[in-house]
Amino acid sequence: MAINQLSVFVENKKGTILTITRAIANAGVDIRALSVADTQDFGILRLIVSDTEKAKAALHEENCVVSLTQVIAVSVSDVPGGLHQVLEYLAEADINVEYVYAFITVSGKHAYVVLRVEDNDKASELLASKGIELVTEADIQAL
Amino acid sequence: MSKYYQEAIETASREQIKQWQDERLVATVKRVYENVEYYRKKMDEAGVTPDDIKSADDLHKLPFLTKADLRDAYPYGLMAAPLEDCVRIQSTSGTTGKRVVAFYTQHDVDLWEDCCARAIMAVGGTKEDVCQVCYGYGLFTGGPGLNGGSHKVGCLTLPMSSGNTERQLQFMTDLGATILCCTPSYAAYLTESIYEKGLRDQIKLKAGIFGAEAWTEEMRHDIEEKLGIKAYDIYGLTEISGPGVSFECEAQTGMHINEDHFIAEIIDPETGEVLPEGSKGELVFTSITKEAFPLIRYRTRDICVLSREKCPCGRTHVKMSKPMGRSDDMLIIRGVNVFPSQIEMVLLNKGLTSNYQIVVDRANNSDSIEVLVEMTPELFSDTVNELNVKEKEITEALKSVLGIYAKVRIVEPKSIVRSEGKAVRVIDKRNLYKQ
Repeated sequence: MAINQLSVFVENKKGTILTITRAIANAGVDIRALSVADTQDFGILRLIVSDTEKAKAALHEENCVVSLTQVIAVSVSDVPGGLHQVLEYLAEADINVEYVYAFITVSGKHAYVVLRVEDNDKASELLASKGIELVTEADIQAL
Repeated sequence: MSKYYQEAIETASREQIKQWQDERLVATVKRVYENVEYYRKKMDEAGVTPDDIKSADDLHKLPFLTKADLRDAYPYGLMAAPLEDCVRIQSTSGTTGKRVVAFYTQHDVDLWEDCCARAIMAVGGTKEDVCQVCYGYGLFTGGPGLNGGSHKVGCLTLPMSSGNTERQLQFMTDLGATILCCTPSYAAYLTESIYEKGLRDQIKLKAGIFGAEAWTEEMRHDIEEKLGIKAYDIYGLTEISGPGVSFECEAQTGMHINEDHFIAEIIDPETGEVLPEGSKGELVFTSITKEAFPLIRYRTRDICVLSREKCPCGRTHVKMSKPMGRSDDMLIIRGVNVFPSQIEMVLLNKGLTSNYQIVVDRANNSDSIEVLVEMTPELFSDTVNELNVKEKEITEALKSVLGIYAKVRIVEPKSIVRSEGKAVRVIDKRNLYKQ
């Protein structure tokens, strides 16, 4: 049960993220979560948004290179050890995590954790079987 | 002690030089027409026969030869001597990855080394000197040429080759090198290292022979002042023989072309017309004493000016200015010839767009080359790791074609500046050529 994430190529220079946030704002799309991976020369901006297609089209208009990546998101209790438990399950099953980032929901009781793993289906099944709540596309839109 | 290696030749009268050129050109043209099919075809197409060439004044009737001809004729197509008489090859990089190979008989090597010996003696070299050669040895002509010249002068020769600065400095100080032969950028780098290590008092250098790349008067003054030496330019190209085609004398106002071996012309690169003396244009060489690989009217693509003004050094051979630019887009990076088309080919082979830009710079006296490539959806990946791998693949492909490291930087789409719809391919920040 994967959700859509937008990955955008950004150069490490002034104003690039600004261009992206402006384009998404003008398209009337909400950013639910955001994370940046950066190196000396470039970065990859990862976004979970309320309307993926609309945001993607808006970014194309700005000449951005955008790709759609399937990630999984889980709801984790906002208590010490909540995320650790999830990662431990994946480690035991030998599922590598490429990257991970988290965001807190308005209710504050749960944190949403986005995971990019090698095999979404395998990871989803495993986590569901362990009683971890998976976040759906509908959940994201309802936020 | 003479400052000439071959005084009678180097100070010969203009009439004498003209006579040598007339005789040798006529003989060379006759020989290549009879022995080299490639030349015969070219001359037939141009409607010229050896009978039309009665003196050097008729040189302009002959067709030009370009690097493309050298590639077409690779490897043996321009050979004018039997292969069994050849003893050496040297080579330079070519535009399509195919290299240009030049052949030498023992006699050719001897004459080439004579030219280098003239250059060494012109900077005050004698058999008392210790000559440290840190040009690359191998296919590159820099090391072998100066090495041979140094032997002929009778200097103690240190065949260091390039790189390994620690060892260069150790031998320079321990063995008391007095003449340094290398690229100007490496000379500047060595100078810096000498200061960093506090070795200034331990070096005995008196002169440097720095060539194989463009350098400025400012750079010359800087090296001269810091090392307390005289720095001289030397010019050459593998196709014609190697370093020593021309060299600077004590006057430091241009390089004497060894006219007993090479005839120089200046042409308009657009029309091919020979330009009057003193005009700025493309330098064209004809080698008139080569046995194995004589080149007739070879276009160097270097832009310069010739001068026959009387030189205080006593040499009578014509002087050429430092190259003031190129009539093609070749870049010389750390002494290595790089064509933008080579880079373009690598990028296209990797399935990338042809939207690229080459940025050449010189920091701490060392050239750097950076290739900016625009990101494409095909190249993009959502993980840093994969992008790094892709970047590295391009870097390695470039290195195998260019022979030098070029940094690859992936930039945003459409971020490379286009002027009038056409991309600016090369930005050279070094400002090597004074126009």
